[in-house]
Amino acid sequence: MISKEKLLEMYATMIRIREFENEAIELAKMNLTRAAIHTYNGEEAIATGICQHLTREDYISSNHRGHGHCIAKGADLRRMYAELMARENGFCKGKGGSMHIADMSVGMLGANGIVGAGIPIATGAAFALKYTNTANIVVSFFGDGASNQGTFHESINMAAIYGLPILFVCENNQYGISMHVSQSTSAVNIADRAAAYNIEGHILDGNDVVEIYTKMEAIISGVRANSKPVLVEMKTYRMSGHYFGDSENYRTKEEVSQWQKRCPVLRARETLIREYGMKPQVLDDIWKQEKKRVLAASEAAKYDPSPSPLDIASDVYDPTFKQIQWQPFVG
Amino acid sequence: MRKISMRQAINEALHIALNSDGTIFTCGEDLAAYGGQLRCSYGLLEYFGEKRVFDTPISEAAIIGLGVGASMLGLRPVLELSYIDFIGTCFDQILNQMAKIRYMYGGNVSLPLVLRTQCGAGLGNGAQHSQSLEAILAHIPGIRVVMPSNAYDAKGLLLHAVRDNNPVLFIEHKALYKLKCEVPEEPYECDYTCVVKRRGDHVTVAAYSAMVNQAMKAAELLEQQGVETEIIDIRSLEPLDTDTIIQSVNRTGRFVMLHEACLKGGFGGEIAATVQEACFSRLKAPIKRLGAPNVPVPFAPELEKEFLPGYPQVVDAVKACMQYR
Repeated sequence: MISKEKLLEMYATMIRIREFENEAIELAKMNLTRAAIHTYNGEEAIATGICQHLTREDYISSNHRGHGHCIAKGADLRRMYAELMARENGFCKGKGGSMHIADMSVGMLGANGIVGAGIPIATGAAFALKYTNTANIVVSFFGDGASNQGTFHESINMAAIYGLPILFVCENNQYGISMHVSQSTSAVNIADRAAAYNIEGHILDGNDVVEIYTKMEAIISGVRANSKPVLVEMKTYRMSGHYFGDSENYRTKEEVSQWQKRCPVLRARETLIREYGMKPQVLDDIWKQEKKRVLAASEAAKYDPSPSPLDIASDVYDPTFKQIQWQPFVG
Repeated sequence: MRKISMRQAINEALHIALNSDGTIFTCGEDLAAYGGQLRCSYGLLEYFGEKRVFDTPISEAAIIGLGVGASMLGLRPVLELSYIDFIGTCFDQILNQMAKIRYMYGGNVSLPLVLRTQCGAGLGNGAQHSQSLEAILAHIPGIRVVMPSNAYDAKGLLLHAVRDNNPVLFIEHKALYKLKCEVPEEPYECDYTCVVKRRGDHVTVAAYSAMVNQAMKAAELLEQQGVETEIIDIRSLEPLDTDTIIQSVNRTGRFVMLHEACLKGGFGGEIAATVQEACFSRLKAPIKRLGAPNVPVPFAPELEKEFLPGYPQVVDAVKACMQYR
């Protein structure tokens, strides 16, 4: 049984993610964010539980639904909001936006606007970690939709033949945008595809942070120790629409409310009350604290300056060359 | 000085690179023991070992993605894509990842990788193995596009590209691999500027890659007819050294732009328009562009010969320019 402190920490992280996304939706309603934001509501346990086993020097890669991963990996909330609101002090100087949010300093390789494109990049990062003899790993987060992209196939095969320290995490939230996974995906479980690559596959309840934390400890240690890729499928549900503004005409309210009962944050709360004797009031206070923190970050970011138009062409190219002393080669 | 082929020159550059910096590695399909489908990587596995010189499966998106991810963490991959025609299989990783990650991340990361590949027709390889697609790549902000025309430039430009902290598409022409010229044994670099291969006052002919030789041949023939041709080897499309071209055309007043790629939408249009804007008042004749007909590269030798632009068209184009006094 995990410690109360650990579960409380994860509870707080999940709330932080939940409130971040809720506030992001409020900002979107006020037209402060531009274009689409893809919120992680309902999936918080996955990023939270997994990132507990990662260090700052481990890397993660993500997709368009990347805020939760970013927060769980330790990115600063205010700079995240600044990026969403296209401000100069955002992680990407306002040049990337929600779908390309990245913070290399906490090992966040980046969200990605192309489904499946982060998977080969994560594989390359894992290659670099092995090449430089570190004990670090990469976690590549992607969805059920991405598991049907060619890059999924190519990357996992490559990671398997090269023995790379990478954990492939498929967050099966049941939907691409509107297409249900049972219609789009031939495999009954995406994790079954691991067998095709001769690697381990696991299926976990993506809405149970205790199960994720507990089971992923050994799995992640294994990836670290053996430098062998593993595919994990997290069964979960996308509580919000694909993006803010989604009509959600492809699913029923009944289905959504059924999954609401399995909300990872509520379940963690129930567990804390039932099994750890926490008082609801104390948990409410934690919730208030996290919400306050999130709103403070959002409020501060609202006053952050926009990038200067003069800045448009900087950062396309790196103006530098590496100093290398070419050694003559006499074969 | 000894003369070596472009293939040998590239091989030397690869040896020098791997010998000089441990973060440099190279991989591609059949690159290691086989020596590469481009046959430029022979010997590397023997000297540097399979950690740094290795084969990949036929998975171009994963190969390029591996390079992207590894370069983000500070390694310096030299990837090999067997044919530029295959960019279709990995185009997202080039277009949306390699070219854009630095910018989308506000400059917080660099992707110091080189993607070597081969282009070009003339050897009967057919429509899917003979294309010149540099215009598509040069159109994408965020990547460098380099095309050496000879062995000397190939070695120097490749070493320069390896030190460049940007992703570089290094496009070698398959018909140039065996052509020899003088190449120093020691390491040296060439920068991304144009090279004036021949001086002349009557007309400027700019070209790159295999077409430079055609331009040079045309210039010899034109000289016999009293026409002095200035030839510019562009060798880098991005960054593009427009200054050298503009300076030349401002002096000669006549401009012929030549590439092997299909004429329509080819990179020659970009250069011609740029020259027109800068040199309008000095131009004595309309700018002439030369390129292949807008067809896939045919297989039959008679048709492939018809496809390839060559020195006869250059001579005709220059003569047409010279009609204008």
